[in-house]
Amino acid sequence: MGLPPLPESAIDLDVFAADWRAAVELSGAALVRSGSTKPGYAAEMIRMIEKHGPYVVIAPGLALAHARPGPQVISNGLSVVTLKEPVRFGHAHNDPVRVVLGLAIAESGAHLAAVAAVANIFNDSSAIDQLAAATTAAEVQQIMGVTPS
Amino acid sequence: MKIVTICGAGIGSSGVLKVNAERALRSLDLEATVVAADVATVRTVAADAQIILTTQEFVEAIGKTNADIIVIVNLFDTSELAQKLEDALS
Repeated sequence: MGLPPLPESAIDLDVFAADWRAAVELSGAALVRSGSTKPGYAAEMIRMIEKHGPYVVIAPGLALAHARPGPQVISNGLSVVTLKEPVRFGHAHNDPVRVVLGLAIAESGAHLAAVAAVANIFNDSSAIDQLAAATTAAEVQQIMGVTPS
Repeated sequence: MKIVTICGAGIGSSGVLKVNAERALRSLDLEATVVAADVATVRTVAADAQIILTTQEFVEAIGKTNADIIVIVNLFDTSELAQKLEDALS
């Protein structure tokens, strides 16, 4: 209920990222593959972190990369990237990051139900470990509560 | 009572914080309006707020305010949220 679309194309597992920028770029590339955003969205997500700091690392090991609604967003979407080697975002408590979620929201008014659905998943603190250990996209969709289409 | 959650874009972290703050308030049996906003609009949105919930990155940018600023480390730790809200409200 309310979770933005998370198709298989938006899931990228056990991939290598040299640093946090590369990790966010991977989450952006996954959103492009699923048709949720244009390629420029990744740079907007990176700019948010450059401007405001690593606050997107919202829990130990988990980053929720996102930017504002805008012309780079085609439709609401979520991506999941799990990293072969954890990367540091520079967060004082929640580094290193193993799972990067990419979130794109088309309209600012409609985002809360989507974000609430994401929040509900991670209120189960084992969800991050489960995602980091997932080996198939179907497994990720199951953890995230998505019915595979 | 009004509580404002603040992050950079006003859609991601502040939204998560809003959802989990509402959960924590329910566990404390307290009622409040929780509004998610971005740091650029904090002065307007939080003008009549008692509490601002945010992460460390935004404390400086929020600047001078009449509201109590509560800094949250793990946005999903509702016991941290409940404890800090209870401390601020007591």
